[in-house]
Amino acid sequence: MNPPLIEITNLSAGINGKQILKGINLTVRPGEVHAIMGPNGSGKSTLGYVLAGRKGYDVTGGSVTYDGKDLIELSPEDRAREGLFLAFQYPVEIPGVNNTYFLRAAYNEQRKHRKQEEVDAVDFLAIVRQKMKLLELPEAMLKRAVNEGFSGGEKKRNEIFQMAVLDPKLAILDETDSGLDIDALRIVAEGVNKLKRPDNATIVITHYQRLLNYIVPDFVHVLFDGRLIKSGGKELALELEEKGYDWLIGKNGK
Amino acid sequence: MTQTKIKSAADLGAHLAACESFAASATGPEWLRTLRCNGVTHFTELGFPTTKLEDWIYTPVTGITKLAFRLAATADATVTAEQLAPFAFPGWTGSRLVFVNGHFAPALSSLPAPQQGVTITNLAAALASGDKLVEAHLAHHASVDGSGFSALNTAFIADGAFIALAPNAVAAEPVHLLFVSVPGNAANTAQPRNLIVAGANSSAKIVEHYVSLGGAAHFTNAVTEIVVGEGANIEHAKFQEENLEAFHIATVQATLARDSRFLSHSISTGARLARHNINLVMTGQGVDCVMNGLYAVGGKQLVDHHTIADHAQPHCGSHEFYHGILGGNSRGVFNGKIFVRKDAQKTDAKQTSRNLLLTDTATVNSKPQLEILADDVKCTHGATVGQLNDEALFYCRTRGIAEVNARRLLTHAFASEIVNRITVEPVREHLEQVLWARLEELIEKK
Repeated sequence: MNPPLIEITNLSAGINGKQILKGINLTVRPGEVHAIMGPNGSGKSTLGYVLAGRKGYDVTGGSVTYDGKDLIELSPEDRAREGLFLAFQYPVEIPGVNNTYFLRAAYNEQRKHRKQEEVDAVDFLAIVRQKMKLLELPEAMLKRAVNEGFSGGEKKRNEIFQMAVLDPKLAILDETDSGLDIDALRIVAEGVNKLKRPDNATIVITHYQRLLNYIVPDFVHVLFDGRLIKSGGKELALELEEKGYDWLIGKNGK
Repeated sequence: MTQTKIKSAADLGAHLAACESFAASATGPEWLRTLRCNGVTHFTELGFPTTKLEDWIYTPVTGITKLAFRLAATADATVTAEQLAPFAFPGWTGSRLVFVNGHFAPALSSLPAPQQGVTITNLAAALASGDKLVEAHLAHHASVDGSGFSALNTAFIADGAFIALAPNAVAAEPVHLLFVSVPGNAANTAQPRNLIVAGANSSAKIVEHYVSLGGAAHFTNAVTEIVVGEGANIEHAKFQEENLEAFHIATVQATLARDSRFLSHSISTGARLARHNINLVMTGQGVDCVMNGLYAVGGKQLVDHHTIADHAQPHCGSHEFYHGILGGNSRGVFNGKIFVRKDAQKTDAKQTSRNLLLTDTATVNSKPQLEILADDVKCTHGATVGQLNDEALFYCRTRGIAEVNARRLLTHAFASEIVNRITVEPVREHLEQVLWARLEELIEKK
């Protein structure tokens, strides 16, 4: 068995003194796709933010070892440079910053960190064009400001496009399916599938089973009230779709 | 009230004597001498504004009244083309009219190739040639009773730029008007007076650019009147990058006729005190105008924009976007008036003023002022004052961009949103260079 890419041990975290994650245990190895499902308010997005290092989300217990390093000690930018990527549930608009310029700045900061040579605008455009095909993105999107005036579907596609260019070891997709129509969902999921390799891994955070028809997970975990209360194979997602979350939550005394 | 008047009249001393003697002695046709005398009369009544006046409450001008008043009679002949190199727009192919201390300097200027229906010259020349358009429009648009400064400028009308477009004329190239102040023993005050008259369906792009040579204090008191005819399309950019001891007071007054389009930019990085009045009056239906502005200041600078969008007729749109970036102990003032007159139905007026404070000691006073007398209109305004958006910072960092670089990126982006609306690329390029350097300074000095 491969050594873990990320090992989350008894992780507790909260915001403004309010405890949200109450002891998460999860191990993800290269080549695996994990789905984390759960009702609203269970702590799904908090988990994504804690792993990405958002200010204000305080880790109060446990540990996260990522690629042999203590993840919690790293700044958000260093986490990204070490190959961790968070696709936002609500991608942020950055008016005035050209999409390609932004992505090249990120790409080059990551390369610098890895002691690789920076890529000039011309070479970068070649990389970008190739990845755009993967996601059926219109070229015009490159010239626009980051996410500004993008439709919900365009924003999500832009997240996966960034992921394709930055080529992370571990991608966390936070509700990437929310707000997508079925065509956009298919395009996004196919993009994710094409990027899958034996040496990278994906954590798919979602509320609905729908996305998992397209991105087939190796493992499914149910998050409720800050804990992973059940884990299983891809059939667990279907069971949840059929029965809802109540049958599980009931068992946990809530 | 009486007390204020007496006090300011007493302060007028040197300025009043100078303008009385100028108005009495300067040459020109009868109508022009009448205009100047009218300026003197109003200046005597109004004096310099005090902070007791609503429109000047945050902007004390005592620095100007204390500055010795030395007006140049002609352009300073010692200025060389090399000295002006930093103010050239990269790759510029248009014409450039240079004014030194308010007076046209032909040796430093490059006039455009003659074009049918397009007049690009200096006001003194247009006055000398007896151009009828000058008499018809000069001082007919900017009021002399609004503030003592425009009255003072009117009392001293002598030179500036004059641009006239015949109906349907499309200026082949943009025009760069470069106003250079060279403060010294001979002069420290410039009062350019510019007039732009665009006939029906004509089109032009004009850049007013204010700079200093040397770092000594000086005073610029400029008035620009723009008459935009029916269906005409004018882009007017004003860029003020004077030295950090300068006092800059300027009015842009535009009258916009039916179906015309007017794009106004005001970019202000220089001067110790800069006050920009930008007043647009829509006198016909179907006007579409944009007021776009950016100020980036630090240290002890004060920058003040007072804008007016006067919807006098129905079916007009005005869109206003102002961004401020303030560091050090600087102060910003934004006052945006929107008037919607009784008959101005279907008005679409939008105003946003956003300010980024880089330090705890920088301040800004942003105030929308809406006066709406029609009932079927769409008017929105929004003002924000604050720091960089935390969420955007975090987003950049999750992509691998270091926090300091993310701050830099977002600050520049905030400025670029405004600069990108300028359609003349060499101007944008010049602005980007100047702004980049200025913002780096402001970020460093935090």
